[in-house]
Amino acid sequence: MLIELTEISKTYDLGKEKVHALRGIDLSIQRNEYIAIMGPSGSGKSTLMNIIGCLDVPTEGAYNLEDVSVHSMTDNQLAAIRNKKIGFVFQTFNLLPRANALHNVELPLIYSGLSKRERREMAEYSLVSVGLGDRMKHKPAELSGGQRQRVAIARALVNNPSILLADEPTGNLDSETGREIMSLLTKLHEHGNTIILVTHEREVAEHANRVVHILDGMINEDTITRNGMKAAEA
Amino acid sequence: MIRNIFESAKIALQALWAHKLRSILTTLGIMIGVMTVVGIFSIIQGLNSGFIDLISGLGSDVLYIDRYSWVMEGQEWWEVRGRQRITLDQYQYIQNHSRLASLVIPQVGTGSSVSRREHSLEGVQVIGTNEHGLGTGFGPQNIEEGRFLSPIDVERRRMVAVIGDRIAETLFPDIDPLGERITVGRDRFLVIGVLEHQGNALGNDFDTNVYIPYGAFLKAFGAWRSYTIAVKVRDPEQMEDARIELTGLMRTARRLKPREEKDFAINNQEMLLNFYNNITRGLWAAAIGIGGISLLVGGIGIMNIMLVSVTERTKEIGIRKALGAARWHVMTQFLIESMTVCSLGVIIGMGLAAALAVGIDNATPLPTSISLSWAGLGIGFVVVIGVIFGLWPANRAAKLNPIDALRYE
Repeated sequence: MLIELTEISKTYDLGKEKVHALRGIDLSIQRNEYIAIMGPSGSGKSTLMNIIGCLDVPTEGAYNLEDVSVHSMTDNQLAAIRNKKIGFVFQTFNLLPRANALHNVELPLIYSGLSKRERREMAEYSLVSVGLGDRMKHKPAELSGGQRQRVAIARALVNNPSILLADEPTGNLDSETGREIMSLLTKLHEHGNTIILVTHEREVAEHANRVVHILDGMINEDTITRNGMKAAEA
Repeated sequence: MIRNIFESAKIALQALWAHKLRSILTTLGIMIGVMTVVGIFSIIQGLNSGFIDLISGLGSDVLYIDRYSWVMEGQEWWEVRGRQRITLDQYQYIQNHSRLASLVIPQVGTGSSVSRREHSLEGVQVIGTNEHGLGTGFGPQNIEEGRFLSPIDVERRRMVAVIGDRIAETLFPDIDPLGERITVGRDRFLVIGVLEHQGNALGNDFDTNVYIPYGAFLKAFGAWRSYTIAVKVRDPEQMEDARIELTGLMRTARRLKPREEKDFAINNQEMLLNFYNNITRGLWAAAIGIGGISLLVGGIGIMNIMLVSVTERTKEIGIRKALGAARWHVMTQFLIESMTVCSLGVIIGMGLAAALAVGIDNATPLPTSISLSWAGLGIGFVVVIGVIFGLWPANRAAKLNPIDALRYE
């Protein structure tokens, strides 16, 4: 099993009151799944994403990522897991504005300690694979929204992570560009990547093979979509 | 590791370049601090070399019997002002009785003027001495032309003079001074020698000295001045014995009763050295004090700007952490940035200090010196200040929670 969440709870202590963001989540995700996590704002889906992405640790419960328990890791250990196993794609792209596309994609490799030559090769390959081979020296401000999100996807993929974690990846894009990005994600899934999509838009979620609904910090519904049915039949 | 440091330095320089004015203002404190410390440092180094030039003429194996000590030894001026002068008789007595001395040289001097026809020079130093007069004193040690005073010149009190290089140039712009006559004070002297060019040390011009036989000095300038008796000691190992011997001889020559305090001083080079070291110790303290305060202020400036930088780049830190930057990655990035800001200040400060040193050297008799040890000092400043004042902001950046940092706008 790629991801195994058991009885995950997250409680924020705000002094007077305690906020229970997650209340006992059990979720298993297999390699090469394309799963969408849906839910209204305040449902706890962001908290769940942060925990899956190793940006945060649960208050209670166990999280095994590729059979390694990450729920009790230190900051620096989590940083290493994020670096090697998780690729993030954010709604707001989160590129470094002063760095060009190539340098942005190289960033995770810097923290893996690769040499400049290796870094350059891998980053160039990754940018070419998202169709930006001719935009490597451009800074984010010189790129369109869709191109920026492609740079972000190239950066997420550059370290060959186990999971691609996309948080509202089309949220800041027009519908046409959004569709382009979604078809890119579908293509990546077809090439064997595991994709976890966090969204509140049903249309976007429909690209996934499986949809998990979160409500009030608990899993409300876990369904296979038409896409998933087709995939299962095939 | 090295690669990361290089990357971080590049990022830091980009960040600094993006805020040029702010960077310059930030480094102002460091600049002034470095300028102060390095400036005073170079003045002290210059003083050291100037002082060594000055006292190198004073042999370490020579004792100078004088009416007063060169360095105040706890007495007040009014306690010693009534002292009897040191006379030629006392010189003769030492000459005749000292067994540890190899040379005994009387010295007496006065400021005067020299002239020849329409040429004249004010503020020259006239020194009455014997044929060994160059053996121990300040200034030039060699004759450029002609000869020094001979025993016969001294014995017969001849009105002859050995003149400094600058006097020769001023009074004899176009003819050879040897064998010519000049007026020293109110008397005419025959020039028998010219001294080698010496230059000056700490404002003392050695090239305007006139050496005449002490007997001639007596005739020309009167007998009321106190002499200095320079005694070259035969064996440098016996300096203390010689001091004791000379003290005894002088007490006898000056007819002091056993209970009477000695009313003369036996000086030597070492006393001046000690005195000098005391003065420069004070300068060092001032340099460290002033420099330390300005570097502290400068360092706080750097810390301040680093805190601003960390806050401004919270989002960037969040992104880096999400992509796998460990605490030490973020920490080194900001430490290197603070060291970069700091080195900017240090480099500019050192440039200013060098300019200051050259300016002082040209405008005043104080010599200064610029040396390679500055580079080491500079690196020291950068590392110490950059790290000390960058530590807190860098640590703050390193400990940021990635989720909060990512959400920061």
